[in-house]
Amino acid sequence: MALVPGVIKGLGVTFSEIVKTVTKGPETVQYPHAKEDPVPRARGVIALHEDNCTACMLCARECPDWCIYIEGHKELAPPRRAGGKPRSVNKLDRFDIDFGLCMYCGICVEVCPFEALFWSPEFEYSEPKIADLLHDKSRLGQWMTTVPEFEPYEAGAQVKGKKVPR
Amino acid sequence: MGNTLAVEFAYWQTTIFKLVMAFVAVLIPAGGTVYLYLFKMVSFMQSRLGPMEAGPYGSLQLMAEVGKFAQKEDIFPARADRFVFAAAPYVVLVSTFLLVLVVPFGPDAAFANFDVGVFLALAVSSLSVIGILMAGWASASKYSLLGGLRAAGQLIAYELPLVLAVVGVVIQAGSLNLQRIVQAQIEGEIFGWGALGNPFVITQFIGFFIFLVAVQAELAQVPFDMPIAESELVSGYMTEYSGFRFLLFFIAEFATANIFAFLASVLFLGGWSVPPFVTDLLGIDSYSNVMNVIGPIVMATKMLLLTFLIYWVRFTYPRFREDQLQRFAWKFLIPLALVNIALTGFFKVAF
Repeated sequence: MALVPGVIKGLGVTFSEIVKTVTKGPETVQYPHAKEDPVPRARGVIALHEDNCTACMLCARECPDWCIYIEGHKELAPPRRAGGKPRSVNKLDRFDIDFGLCMYCGICVEVCPFEALFWSPEFEYSEPKIADLLHDKSRLGQWMTTVPEFEPYEAGAQVKGKKVPR
Repeated sequence: MGNTLAVEFAYWQTTIFKLVMAFVAVLIPAGGTVYLYLFKMVSFMQSRLGPMEAGPYGSLQLMAEVGKFAQKEDIFPARADRFVFAAAPYVVLVSTFLLVLVVPFGPDAAFANFDVGVFLALAVSSLSVIGILMAGWASASKYSLLGGLRAAGQLIAYELPLVLAVVGVVIQAGSLNLQRIVQAQIEGEIFGWGALGNPFVITQFIGFFIFLVAVQAELAQVPFDMPIAESELVSGYMTEYSGFRFLLFFIAEFATANIFAFLASVLFLGGWSVPPFVTDLLGIDSYSNVMNVIGPIVMATKMLLLTFLIYWVRFTYPRFREDQLQRFAWKFLIPLALVNIALTGFFKVAF
């Protein structure tokens, strides 16, 4: 008998939820027709800003799954000032991420010292063949357009907020 | 058929008509309530929309589900008793179709007018236990066997409160005939005031409560779904079934829910009748031919209300434990029903 108030209350909870869904709409979205707003810092896919990459291999070495493949070579670039020596720069030949192996830990994005890797909230890149989940550097570069701006730091922060290179 | 009809139908014509109508009376409400409550209402309770793609607002989702089940392979387990395994869903379905036989939908719109309608309904409703036991035993699976035995124990335990709850109504109406019970509710008076008739829910509210709880258990709906407890027994006696035979169990479960709701509305809510003050207002007789058309609509409305209660409870509560279930039936519901019968008998004699 002591259970009766709780039993009635339980019925009230489910009924008020019906009323809420009918009047205010559901919490869910009808996925193929509408997409949910991504949460800030959603981990969908990794985007590569190729100009910033120096093929330093930090991401490939820190990757727990060894799913990043990098090949590069050195090139001579014109000097910054007239009369200077030509600079030697690292050029990317290959930058692949195998999303069949990736576990979305985000360590590569964290360790990149040159701001070349970013999280994008896009998730619609499933493939019929698993080999097609290997994204090369042009495919990874295309994701850059979907990378959202960083959230501003909280008020009074000493550090200047980061900007996404476009 | 009533003698007021201008056209006389031959026996075989009425038989075919009744056969078709039996399928309509079982399958249309089952489909309707499954869509309305199982697909939509539970989704709203969980703050989602449910099926939206098949047809407008997903109204043809059930068609898609039936098509899916019909395509699937009908798997027999290697060591199953093939005949019993194959027959079990039909036994359960037959008890559903036999139940609808006695339900009156209007003064003449009934499949059969039995003098012992209540008795027959309660007797054939327990036929499904045999089908469930057959399914559990013939599947040659320990989950199915445990589920079947639990179902048998539960259905037998809750048969008693179901019967005893109805006894109060029968005492008050003075008849086992469902048409007479409806008639008693139309002509009844509450302390000399007859505008509402006397739906037995007013005097037999304890019986109504016990009946609804027992129906919930008879249907093995949550919170009484130990026979198909998916976290313990995979799917109970339905574990080994697939394709069309699983669909038959599915239909039987939800169609039986509707027919018990029909029965409850006949026994407690006045059945196909509308309150006498409405018929007085419209200037029609409570037993006139037009009630054969209005009656089914009234019954459907009451059925939808009662099935709403069934599914509301189903999607609100967690599952009982097996011993709690038995204790609830034997130590609470049955004594309560017996007290109700004693009180009903006392007042019947006193007034």
